[in-house]
Amino acid sequence: MANLMMEPVYERPAALEDRATHYCPGCTHGVAHRLLAEALDELGLREQTILVAPVGCAVFAYEYFRIDGCEAAHGRAPAMATGIKRVLPDRTVVTYQGDGDLAAIGTAEILHAAARGENITTLFVNNAIYGMTGGQMAPTTLPGQKTTSSPFGRNTAQAGFPLKMSEILAQTPGAAYIVRRSLHDARHINQAKKAILTALRVQQAGLGFSMVELLSSCPTNWGMTPLEALRWLESEMLPAYPLGDYQVSEAVRALGG
Amino acid sequence: MSRELLKGNVAIAEAALRAGCQAFFGYPITPQTELLEHMARRMVELDRVFLQAESEVAAINMVYGAACAGVRTMTSSSSPGYSLMQEGLSYIAASDVPCVVVDVMRGGPGLGNILPSQGDYFQITRSAGHGDYRPIVLAPATVQEAIDFTELAFDLAEQYRHLVVLAADGQLGQMMEPAELPSMRSLPRTRPAWAITGAAGRAPNRISSLYMNAEEEEAFNLRIQARLAQICAAEQRSTEVQATHAELLVIGFGTAGRIAASAVEQARAEGLRVGLFRPQTLYPFPAERLSALLACCAVQNILVIEMNAGQMVEDVRLVVAGRVPVHHYGRLGGVVPYPEELYTVIQQHYPSLAASAE
Repeated sequence: MANLMMEPVYERPAALEDRATHYCPGCTHGVAHRLLAEALDELGLREQTILVAPVGCAVFAYEYFRIDGCEAAHGRAPAMATGIKRVLPDRTVVTYQGDGDLAAIGTAEILHAAARGENITTLFVNNAIYGMTGGQMAPTTLPGQKTTSSPFGRNTAQAGFPLKMSEILAQTPGAAYIVRRSLHDARHINQAKKAILTALRVQQAGLGFSMVELLSSCPTNWGMTPLEALRWLESEMLPAYPLGDYQVSEAVRALGG
Repeated sequence: MSRELLKGNVAIAEAALRAGCQAFFGYPITPQTELLEHMARRMVELDRVFLQAESEVAAINMVYGAACAGVRTMTSSSSPGYSLMQEGLSYIAASDVPCVVVDVMRGGPGLGNILPSQGDYFQITRSAGHGDYRPIVLAPATVQEAIDFTELAFDLAEQYRHLVVLAADGQLGQMMEPAELPSMRSLPRTRPAWAITGAAGRAPNRISSLYMNAEEEEAFNLRIQARLAQICAAEQRSTEVQATHAELLVIGFGTAGRIAASAVEQARAEGLRVGLFRPQTLYPFPAERLSALLACCAVQNILVIEMNAGQMVEDVRLVVAGRVPVHHYGRLGGVVPYPEELYTVIQQHYPSLAASAE
């Protein structure tokens, strides 16, 4: 037999555990997990990264990555990550948070982490709903969107308006890199991956707070098939949450890439 | 080392960093703010971590993070701030990570006032937030004890991987008296094997308080209870004055216990057989020694003196179990009793005097 050279073109990232997740079929958390794991592998960060998981659908995230991890109280991941990063300044610390966690109960913690220029990276998964508790209104739920706690559609006169966290956090001088990406198709997924790589490099370079907001789908609680959900994300969420770079500091621009 | 004039809050802060505290996170609140201010200066001088958090909620979660990363860490607050920390304390409790929390108690409930109180006894000794747990609680009565117990707090926290609360009050935090500080301990070069530091050359470490399966959660809880039983057996601490020769035993902790000591001294000078028992650990409550005093000695009456409406008295009654009458005298809302006032109360409850008054 001649030497049969086989080159893998696609494999499980080393930073991801080989195990099934609890996520619903069609949910984009799995995509977000994979992107983070690939980015950690590519930057050689697997053995020096600490993940802070949220309360919400990603509550078990620390079980899915083959890296050190912990589980924060609801909304407190940025505070817990701050405690870790301050005593391990040469490690990479990542929080992974949903919209209820980051934009409702944890608003103070994320805002002040950004304001301090805390040298951590946040992946913010925005699917406009509370997934884990079964589809209640989130701070990011769109006006008119039906959820189990806004059964007639979000009435802004009664329940107020959605928060645009990337736009808000970009106003803080400590924020170095704040961008919004989407996971609804392959092209956008590639763009999301590039943003996660940049955010981690921002942290490695010590440039300040970095966050990648990922617009995501929740077929189960939106009451749609996975494909319908991705289409709804594109048609309804993208106009409400425009993709883009909300803060890219001069130092980050100088990083290139 | 020599004695110097030290303010309680400052003494606790300095003792903490000398005991190896590597990271302090806190939020200003009277009457503990000098502790945070001392840390703000000294931790930076020592190239350690000081951070003023946006709230007590954030502060305790920062402590949680630093504790998970395996360093000696602490926060301090006063009653309303300690209330805000309950969530974080519960997660810390459920994660088996060591840390030290100081509560310089003030008058409550609500915003209350900034005066000395012991009104947080229940909150501190009964739980750490929600769930079944009890922190180790140390109650100093002097600035020297505050220093010694701060060191002890870090050692016990590390030994048992358990939460330790230093229960002080506004009087102890604000008063100055001569005390001796310990020498500076050197910091460890390594982190504990369980700490989350990056999974370099080993399997990942994971710290979580989540057990979806009831039996697993029960098994974890039983491990906590086994550790608490060990703590109860080994860590009860108390001090006493003439307790073995007392017909009336006065019991008080912290500032109330210290003031009661003066009243007891006066009563003994007047020929009354009065003794003092002062718990130094509120959890574990020093039940063994108190029980032994009841079994061997002449105690006919117990008088519990607190700066609250009657909280530790419940622990006393659990130990006494009806063997002798237990009375309570409390001042509330930030009022600190005077020794003369307590002397009068002692007279009222002294067995022969109480009998003749009836």
